[in-house]
Amino acid sequence: MQVLRPLQGMFTRADYPNLLVGLEVSDDAAVYQINDDVAIVQTIDFFTPIVDDPYTYGAIAAANAMSDVYAMGGEVVLALNIACFPANLPPAVITEILRGGAEKVREAGGVVAGGHTVDDPEPKYGLSVMGIVHPQHVATKAGARPGDVLLLTKPIGTGLITTAAKSDVADATHLQAAIDSMLQLNRIGARLASQFDLKAMTDITGFSLLGHAQEMAEHSGVCLRIHAEQVPLLPGARDYAENWLFPGGSRRNADHFGQWVKASPRISEELLMLFYTPETSGGLLIAVPQGKLAEVEAFLRKKGQRYWIVGEVEAGTGIEVD
Amino acid sequence: MKVVDARGLSCPQPVILTRNAMQTGEFPIEVLVDTVTSRENVRRMAEKSGLQVRVETVGDEFKLIITK
Repeated sequence: MQVLRPLQGMFTRADYPNLLVGLEVSDDAAVYQINDDVAIVQTIDFFTPIVDDPYTYGAIAAANAMSDVYAMGGEVVLALNIACFPANLPPAVITEILRGGAEKVREAGGVVAGGHTVDDPEPKYGLSVMGIVHPQHVATKAGARPGDVLLLTKPIGTGLITTAAKSDVADATHLQAAIDSMLQLNRIGARLASQFDLKAMTDITGFSLLGHAQEMAEHSGVCLRIHAEQVPLLPGARDYAENWLFPGGSRRNADHFGQWVKASPRISEELLMLFYTPETSGGLLIAVPQGKLAEVEAFLRKKGQRYWIVGEVEAGTGIEVD
Repeated sequence: MKVVDARGLSCPQPVILTRNAMQTGEFPIEVLVDTVTSRENVRRMAEKSGLQVRVETVGDEFKLIITK
């Protein structure tokens, strides 16, 4: 983020009034208002292979990229492939990666309309995604208010398990559960924003549960209290944490975000480190006003969307884990 | 002394190699790493297993001596 700082003053809300969300206060995606009824949501994300199967890799990368649109409350409209492939990668493998991504975009109700590929020894794939949202129904990291209840829509542990799998120490059933979770679209975010006017959402990815929660706390000017035992974990995640199989990103997140996190001494060091571990295509963290909780929960159950109540929003700053 | 050279490897590889060495039951174990992240992860894992860890800084790299 430090490298973006010189750019933050270049495109201000004052000079670009249609820019609802830009670099000034960074969020999951940029939002640009076109007229009274339509704003564009724009985002891009790509990464190196996270699983062995090319089709699954493409589908996860696409779900992960589109998640940023959903976290702003938008629906996916158009996607472009962005890819780097080594010259010696078999064309059939490339086709499978692109097919995995395209079918995931189609599942989201969007279309893949083009893209760009460059030569690179290390494969990378993802999407630039355009979505739309009603300008009055944009959800950001700044919308949480004291009294809100915190919901999480996917278990934690994708980063820990996929890293363990790369080192051949993950159980196949654990890896499959992580893959199933990463493949799941966060489309419920768009519906919650439009139907229930929920204003505070973010998706849990590289900065981890606690990192993204801290961003929401900071942008909203509130404290997020998270009850550690209520946070859902993927099967196996606790074992890998106890064996300290964390990727390097866990400690980097802990070193950076730790200054804002107060954890009860009852929380084990490895569980806290798991909450600092980068996720891929993680769930949405949603702040729901108390008065809307019953109808939101009823809606989620009706849609078959899994969710967990993991904490609440309080006056104050930073993160409390108890 | 048993030596684990985990330089140039990213986590959790240094932790896994150290754990494999610990399972042989031969101590002390000397672990070489070249990042602070690897140093801390190996140190925490060994300490959590009830072992003693001494850390030496060697230029830009680290040597961890793990004893029972």
